[in-house]
Amino acid sequence: MTETQPTIPVPEPDEASRPFFDGAAAGRLMLMRCIDCQTWRLPARQHCDVCLSDRYTWEAASGRGRVRTFGIMHQRYHPAFQVPYNVTVVELDEGPRLPTNLVEVANEDIYVGMSVEVVFERYDDVTLPRFRPVRDL
Amino acid sequence: MAHPLRGVAAITGLGMTAMGRIYRSTNELAAEAVATAIADAGLRKDDIDGLLINAGITGTTGGGLTLGLQNYLGLKNLRLLNHMNAAGSTAAQMVQYATMAIHAGMATHVLCVFADAPLKEGTSAGAAYGGAARNPQRPKGMAGLYAAAGYFGANTPYALAARRHMALYGTKQDHLGIIAVGQRQWATMNPLAQMREPITLEDYHASRWIIEPLHLLDCCLVSNGAVAVIVSPAERARDMPQPPVYIHGMGQGHPGDSGRAGSEWETETGARIAAETAYRMAGVGPSDITCCQIYDCYTYTVLVTLEDYGFCKKGEGGPFVEDWKLAPGGSLPTNTGGGELSAYYMWGMTPLSEGIIQGRGHGGERQVKNDVILVTGNGGNLSYHACLILSPHPA
Ligand SMILES: [Zn+2]
Repeated sequence: MTETQPTIPVPEPDEASRPFFDGAAAGRLMLMRCIDCQTWRLPARQHCDVCLSDRYTWEAASGRGRVRTFGIMHQRYHPAFQVPYNVTVVELDEGPRLPTNLVEVANEDIYVGMSVEVVFERYDDVTLPRFRPVRDL
Repeated sequence: MAHPLRGVAAITGLGMTAMGRIYRSTNELAAEAVATAIADAGLRKDDIDGLLINAGITGTTGGGLTLGLQNYLGLKNLRLLNHMNAAGSTAAQMVQYATMAIHAGMATHVLCVFADAPLKEGTSAGAAYGGAARNPQRPKGMAGLYAAAGYFGANTPYALAARRHMALYGTKQDHLGIIAVGQRQWATMNPLAQMREPITLEDYHASRWIIEPLHLLDCCLVSNGAVAVIVSPAERARDMPQPPVYIHGMGQGHPGDSGRAGSEWETETGARIAAETAYRMAGVGPSDITCCQIYDCYTYTVLVTLEDYGFCKKGEGGPFVEDWKLAPGGSLPTNTGGGELSAYYMWGMTPLSEGIIQGRGHGGERQVKNDVILVTGNGGNLSYHACLILSPHPA
């Protein structure tokens, strides 16, 4: 974990999402999963968007995935973000997609389909999942 | 057998305000467009018996049109009234519901109104659509993951969609640039256009990045203004002052949430379903379309929409536009007023208003062959889509 300036607009955990943020703080990517049809739910929500069941459990995801798509932001929307930075959507091996940033990689080296793995970054009172390229063994 | 709605209604009135930094309330802008549209149709205010209302971004941020527009306009004879919002697909949808209501005998002259005024004096255009970046409160729960990743504004999802198309199909930056430059060429001939200085492909590449792969010149304008459209029964339209623009086909397609697992929202939009429905209703196919008015919040939207309407195969939108066929003099004139990229950003009213102008033959030096006009609208990160097929010829 790395300490970062707590200036970006970090989310405030709510009742529905607390296991996700608690999991991140403990170094695990926790996702909701439908008990009835096994669909992973992201974001956290009361009802499954496949079968509308309201029964769920929380399970740890693998933390592995691929870059589905990404953009390099040059517009200053918020002073805490130093442009240019990557805005990346990671498609987890389990299927759901997570908006995030890639770390430990130069913007020009990112590509669609790149294999990535989760790392966790702490921002003041909240820990967030970020992703880095899977290194060759 | 012909579809029961094919050709039963026509567009008989069009009213528009000036576009851009017009600092008036949305009710005032709407009233000006409505008064113009009613006069344009040769009607009196009391002839209006249907009102459909759509607010733009100020419908959610404050100051946008509400049902209260009825009272502001003093409409007393309404038999049909609704406030609708399916983002940029609403304009085409209003004309669709007006047509259905007319066919069902629910109303005769239906007024469809859009007004928006997100530009405030002394602020940048970007401030109008910035989203959560300016929200001082911490976002709650996992919805906050977007802002925490620096995912702001409408520019981000469209850049992400364009990037995926490029990665899957080899679409080039030049392909997007050719769309932007071609539409600016059209805008130079549109007196209502906000941006009328010609640009080159070099200017396009030199324009600053917003979020790669989108340059500034890939992104639509932000405009204050209003557009009002009147839909009437086809048999009445023949005796009204303006050349009727008949509604031959219509369709919708809504693939929904852009973030869900399994969705290919980036490259396969609801336009495909809308196209099938509309082509079948109108009895035409892509080769019959003589000009396109395509919702162009971004250059990429034009490219992917052309694919989904079957003008070329999926993934071949880039090579399809490469020969400048969308630009003046090309074989598929598209966004002939300059579109949202160069003329004015009135959500789906931008393509609809230009479709009406072309359908009437009022395009002046930018007039093109208008036998079969495709008008499309999309919104919500390519989540919603609606279309019309218009023609000056009775069905
Ligand atoms: Zn389920």
